[in-house]
Order: sequence, then structure tokens, then C-alpha cells
Amino acid sequence: MDNILRVESLRKNFGGVVALDGLTFEVQKGAIKSIIGPNGAGKTTLFNIISGMYRPSSGGVWFLGESITGSPPYVTAKRGISRTFQNLQLFANMTVRENVMVGRHCRTKTGFLRSALRLPGAAKEEKRTAAEAMDILRFVGLEESAQRGASTLPFGKQRVVEMARALATDPKLLLLDEPASGLNLRETEEIGRLIQKIRDTGKTIIVVEHDMSLVMAISEEVLVLDHGRRIAEGPPRSIQKHPEVLRVYLGEEIPHAQSPES
Amino acid sequence: MELSTILQYAFAGIKIGSIYAMVALGFNIIYNTTGIINLAQGEFVMLGGMFTVTLAKLMPLGLAFPIAVLAVAIVGCLFERAAIWPARRSSVITLIMITIGGSFLLKGAAMQVWGKNSFPLRPFSSEKPINILGAWVQPQVFWIIGVLAVVMILLTLFFRFTLTGKAMRACAANRAAATLSGISVDRMVLLSFALSAGIGAIAGIVITPVTLVDYGCGSMYALKGFAAAVLGGLGVSAGAVVGGLTIGLMECFGAALPFQGASSYKDGFALLILFVFLCAKPSGILGRAAISELKKF
Amino acid sequence: MGKKNLFGLASLVVVLLVVPHLLGNPYYLGVLVWCGIYGLVCMGLSLFMGYCGQISLGHAGFCALGAYISGILTTRFGFSPWPALGVAMLASLLVAFVVGLPTLRLKGHYLAMATLGFGMIIFVAAGGDPFGLTGGPSGFWGIPKLSVFGVVLDSEVKWYYFVWAVVLVCLVALLNIVHSRVGRALRSIHGGEPAAKAMGVHTARYKTQTFLLSAALGSLAGSFYAHYVGFVNPHPFGLNFSIHLLTMVVVGGMTNLWGAIAGTALLTILTRYFRVFMDWGVFFDGFILVIIMLVFPEGLFVGAARRLGGFVSRKRSTGVPGQASRQAAGGG
Ligand SMILES: Nc1ncnc2c1ncn2[C@@H]1O[C@H](COP(=O)(O)OP(=O)(O)OP(=O)(O)O)[C@@H](O)[C@H]1O
Ligand SMILES: [Mg+2]
Repeated sequence: MDNILRVESLRKNFGGVVALDGLTFEVQKGAIKSIIGPNGAGKTTLFNIISGMYRPSSGGVWFLGESITGSPPYVTAKRGISRTFQNLQLFANMTVRENVMVGRHCRTKTGFLRSALRLPGAAKEEKRTAAEAMDILRFVGLEESAQRGASTLPFGKQRVVEMARALATDPKLLLLDEPASGLNLRETEEIGRLIQKIRDTGKTIIVVEHDMSLVMAISEEVLVLDHGRRIAEGPPRSIQKHPEVLRVYLGEEIPHAQSPES
Repeated sequence: MELSTILQYAFAGIKIGSIYAMVALGFNIIYNTTGIINLAQGEFVMLGGMFTVTLAKLMPLGLAFPIAVLAVAIVGCLFERAAIWPARRSSVITLIMITIGGSFLLKGAAMQVWGKNSFPLRPFSSEKPINILGAWVQPQVFWIIGVLAVVMILLTLFFRFTLTGKAMRACAANRAAATLSGISVDRMVLLSFALSAGIGAIAGIVITPVTLVDYGCGSMYALKGFAAAVLGGLGVSAGAVVGGLTIGLMECFGAALPFQGASSYKDGFALLILFVFLCAKPSGILGRAAISELKKF
Repeated sequence: MGKKNLFGLASLVVVLLVVPHLLGNPYYLGVLVWCGIYGLVCMGLSLFMGYCGQISLGHAGFCALGAYISGILTTRFGFSPWPALGVAMLASLLVAFVVGLPTLRLKGHYLAMATLGFGMIIFVAAGGDPFGLTGGPSGFWGIPKLSVFGVVLDSEVKWYYFVWAVVLVCLVALLNIVHSRVGRALRSIHGGEPAAKAMGVHTARYKTQTFLLSAALGSLAGSFYAHYVGFVNPHPFGLNFSIHLLTMVVVGGMTNLWGAIAGTALLTILTRYFRVFMDWGVFFDGFILVIIMLVFPEGLFVGAARRLGGFVSRKRSTGVPGQASRQAAGGG
């Protein structure tokens, strides 16, 4: 089988609100899959469940053929799922490089005792972590900002740092929650190229995005959500013409090059 | 246990429980408008008692009471303007430290002004205990229960039927929306501090005739009032009363438990209840888990 | 751990070796012993609050546990001081584990109140005396002197060297932790718990471990206290002390271990040496907390340097990043 992720009949209620309502879909290995849908459709909630931040009310998630339903985030991270956040969540109390080094956390293992005594292994691991973080920063083109405080970077760069941090966990599956929101046209294009470049290293990527031009440009497949349900799924071209999708987007043509929420 | 003994303990529990309930109400009012737990709440109680003790030497109690309440309400406003408002965008941890700092500041100031002694206040009416089914009850207890009832009724009327009260509830429900509809959230926050300081003061005034007041008595009131608020569900006013009375009763009956030194541990009981509830069911008996999940801490 | 810290440690050692020769009166040395004892607790608290972004309003409780268990075991059960100290520390760890497991799931105010409640419970328990062990409100006397490698610590000078040697060892270990994978994980919790979790940081475990570590240091300081003073009573271990500890950590800058040490030294010297506070202690603790939080949230030293010189680049913010604990998981 060549699907990396399978989500089956996933449900999530918050009190009376049904955020996800029996959602089922699969993601092919090595693909870029986009998830679109109006505000409140349940996209972020889906990411929160896949990454283990929330437990689903019912239904399940399978990653590489094994169930990760309800696994806590430190388990899913180690298995190879990483994510970014819709509202930037960089560690403002750290430099860019340190942010990325935190991403290496689940691939390293020095604990309290070994670090307190600064055993040779611990020091070596620390050096290696720093080097690996630099490699990743080079990959995303931020090596010259490595020593700056993360919150001092311009917004567009901060989004890239978040992606670098997620990459540092060595994920097989990368969840990007609105990577282009708040970015200008040029930055959006750059992010699009970066996403494709990451995919070309053999990773699978799910992108939640409102920017249709970006979605159309990079994705192999698009999943459309509304009220926690799948209303359409398929290649970008067919989605654009799907009657149900057009209805959800208020009977209009899917807006181009800008997000519907503005 | 005989009925009269049980009644005796029950009255003691209701007496102190009513005070915890009022402290809890104060917590809730500020919590609802700001999301802050004001750790200086207990000091409002202490100041209410202290001001009244001092004022009662100069004027009749009937006059000293409202003036003291007003004075403490003003202290509450000053505290909000000086310490809370400038930090309104800070993290929760910062705000916690500011309110605990404010609590110590007020406590320390009170120690400088009034010294370390405890002060009595004469009861509102006669001191002669009344016999109810064999239990002897001080008349002040009825004053306390009555005042709690009046406070509850006035608060309910205020929040239900006045424009300001409704505006405050709107702030509690959704700050952003309240701002958009033209409510000055800043003013509401200030008002909530005045209101809860005033209620704290009232609690302090009515309890002083039975327990005395000293500069340091606020922390215990705050802690047990918070326990009451948590027990009843943070932010729920009916819960504050239920929680306060429950804590008061448990404390008094706990002190009567048949083991050595039980009475010296009566403060421990309330704290243990707080502790267990915080850990097991932080949403309280009346609050819903979903609500507490939605509320920002 | 970096050149700056090595330089800091070297300077500290030099200062520690020189100072006793400058001070004539052993009382003054005693003040520095107190700095060391408090410094132990404050370092742990700094790790828990400044790095991990949590709050404890009840650390006096762990000091009380250390002091009382050491005292009770040595005076009533014939333990020698070191095994008693070990038992005290184990007991404190156990208590911290039981308390911390449910408590650390709590956030913000709930955590503050739970720890406050814990501290008060210990205080109340020490003040009552149902089993005839704690001596009630007046406490008990006759706790034996501590001896190290056969040297009985019976003077201020000996205590001074001993306590500060322990502080140095702990400081080096904690600095190592802070500048490692673990330290980064702790700071990531402070910086934003959801993101830390997503990066695979087992936040609950780290919080618990840090809490345990700080409890152990509190217990250690408490045991030293008992042996240094020779008697214990509940009075010094109340809420006031918990808040005083908080103030000392915050004054120096809680996001920095050096700040914790500096703040502790500053306040302890002011209160015990210059006796400036006397009865004003409670007031000043409150005042300092409010002012520091409003004006210098990064602590007096960093904050003042920034205000005065402006040479510390404003942009290199390593300070208290707010919002952290307010963010809901994921956000949406
Ligand atoms: N922690 C939560 N508690 C309660 N309700 C929540 C929570 N998280 C999400 N919801 C609700 O679930 C629904 C789906 O939200 P979600 O954030 O997943 O939408 P989204 O598709 O990401 O929207 P957007 O495009 O605005 O990011 C919304 O109605 C939201 O209010
Ligand atoms: Mg979203």
C-alpha cells in the first residue's frame, strides 16, 4: 500500500459544536495534498487530532499502517509527524537556531542527569544538534539569521523558521496550517517553492490553505471540507469546477490569488 | 451526635461559609470580566474589617459600615489602575505575581498602620445568644446570613436588569464583541474591581464581630474563598454560595472529627478539599468541564 | 556552557574566597550562609519558573519538609544527620511527585492556587502536633550539628565554605542542564506549550521532573537550615516565606540562574545585614514583586542595564515571553 496516512470516520465534538463529522480520507506517500474549506470547517481541528494535540471523539487515524489514534504528540512526533501552526507559535524566548534545535528534540536523548554532569556523549550530541540545525537553516535559506531572536524576524521569515523547526524533527509527514496566511505575493510564491522543495526530499505534505493560487500551483490533490465533512476530493482542476465546492463558496468562482477571509 | 450539637456545628459552618461565599463572589466578578484571579481578594476583607474598627470609634456603626465599604472599593480601583491595568497585556504568570504582590503590599501596609494586634468590633445587635432547638447561636450569625442574601439579591438584580450590569456580563461572555458594541471594557474592569473589593469589605465587616481582624487574616480568606469558587465552578455566582457553604460546613464538622488535634487541622481540611478538587475536577460541582476548557486561564 | 558562564563561575569563586577575609564579624559571614541556603531553593525555583514557565507559591513547604524531617529523625529517632537528610529529600521527592502529578496538569491560576494550598497544608500540618513529633507552634530544639568528612560544622566560617561549595556544585550542574537539550526543552515549554508538544517535547514529564528537582533543592536547603539553626518551628515556613522566595528569584531575573543567585544575595544582604526591612518585609516583598513585574519583568539587573545603557540591544529579547500560557492548543 502506498498511502502514508489514513483517516477514518473521524469525529470531534466540542460541547455542542461538531468540528469534524465522520471524515474519511487518505494521503498518498510523497504527495502534496491540500485541504481547503471555509472558516470553521474543521481543518485545524483535523491537524490537532492527527498530531495528537486532541483526542478524537470517535474514529481513527492510521499512520504508515499503524493506528496512532489518540497518541500524544511526543509519540506522533517521534513516529514522524510534524506540524506548523496557523497563528505563529515560535519560541520568542530563543534564537532562530535554538528554535530549530528544539525540533531535534525527539531525535536526541540527553536527559537531566547526563546533561547535568555534561558527560562526553551529551556534549557531542549538543554539537551535532547545532550542526544539524544549521544544515536545515541553510536548506530553507535562513542561515544568516541563525543567531537572531526568533521574534525579531519579519513575519514572512518567521513562517519559514516554523517550517524549518518542523523539518528538524525529521518528519515523514509534514502538516502545514495556512503557511501563506499573512504573506505577500512574492513571499507566498517563495513558500510554495519551498514546500515543493521539501516534498522533493521525499516527504509527504498536507497543506491547509485559503490561498487558491498557491493550492492550485503546488498540490496533487485537494480535499474540500465543510462543517467537518468531505464535500469533494480530487485533482485541483476538477475541484475548481466541482458544483458542491462552488456552492459552499457562496456560489462564486473560487477566488484567485487571495484568501476568502481576506 | 445530638441534634443540638449538630445544629451548633451547622450554624458555625454556615456563618464562616457565608464569608467564604462572599469572597468567592468577589473572585468570580473579577474573573469573569478579566480572566484574572485576584489574589489580593483576601486583603479587601481584612481592610473592610480594619477600616470599620477604626471608623466605629468615631461614628455610629451604621455610618462606619458604608464608608468602610466605599473606602475599600476605592482601594480596589486604585489597585486596578496602578498595578493591573498597566499589565493587562502581560502573561498569566506575570498577572499572578502582580496580584500576589499587591496582596502582600496591602497586608504589609496594614501592618504598618494598625500593627500586629487583633481588633474586635462590637456585634451589630445584642450579644445574647439565641437558643434554637438546643443550639446557642449569636445574633451576629443572622446578620451574616442576611447580608449574604442581600448581596446575592442585589448582585443578581444588578447583572440582570441594569445596563451596566448587562454590559459587564457582555464583557465576560465575549470581550471583543463587547468592545465592538461600544462597551468600554476598561471601565467595566475597573468597576469589577470596585465591586468585588466592596463585597470583600462587606464580608470583612460582618465577620469581624465574631472572629476579630488582624493584618494577616486575608490570605486564609482568599485561599478558602478560592476553594469555594473552584468548588462551585469558577465564574458561577450560585456556585460561589454553594461552594462557600460547603467549605464552611466541612471545615466545622471536620474540626469535630473524633481524632486528636482535629480542631487544629481545620484549616487543613478546606485546603485539602481545594487541592483534591483542583486536581480531580477543576471545573467544580456546578461548572461544566466544557466551559472551563473554553475560558482562558 | 559557554565562556560567559565560565567567567561568571570563576569570578564567583574568587569573590567567595576573598570575602571572608574582608569581613571581620562572624555575624556578617552568617548573612552569607543564609544567602547560600536561600540560593539553593531559589536556583530550583528559577528553573521551574523562569525556564519552565510554571509558578509555585508553595515552595516554603518543601523547605519545611526538609527541615522537619531532618530535625525529627535526628532528635527523636537517633538518625545521624546525613542519612536523615537523604530520607528528607526522598520524602520531599515523593511528596512533590504526588502533588505534582495532578497539579502540573493545571495551568496559570489553578497551578498557583494548588501550590499555594500545598504550602499552607504543610504549614498547618507543622503547626498541629497530633503525634507529638513536630512540637506544635513552638517547634523543637536540639538538632545536632552537621559534619562533613569528619569536620563538625560548628562555626559560621565552616558553614560558609560548606554551603557555598554545595551551591557551586548545584549551580554548575544546573547551568549544564540549562545549556543543553533539556534546558532548551524547558524553555520551549515557557515559549509556547503547544509548539513544544508538537516538537515532541514530553511537556508533562519535563514539568514534573523540574518540579521534583526544585523540591529536592528546597528540601536540601531546609535540612541545612535545621542543622545550621539547631531548632525548627513552623513560623518561618509560611506563605510569607514562599512569597519571599518568589521575590528573590524575580528580583534578579527569573529567566536566568545567575539572576536568581544575585537576587537572593541582594535581598538577603539587605534584610539581614543592613536590616533595612525589619517589619517592612511583607510590604517590600509585595512592592518589589509588583514593581519588578510592571517595570523590569526581566529582573533588576538586566532591566536596569537595558534602561540605563541601552547598549544591550533591545531586539535580543530573552525575556519573559508573555502569552505562552494563554495559547490554546493549536489555535484556530
Ligand atoms: N478548542 C476548541 N474548543 C471549542 N471549539 C473549538 C475548539 N477548536 C475548534 N473549535 C470549533 O470547531 C470548529 C472548527 O474549527 P477549526 O479551527 O478546526 O476550523 P478551521 O477550518 O481551521 O477554520 P479557519 O479557516 O478559520 O482556521 C469551529 O466551529 C471552532 O469554533
Ligand atoms: Mg484553522
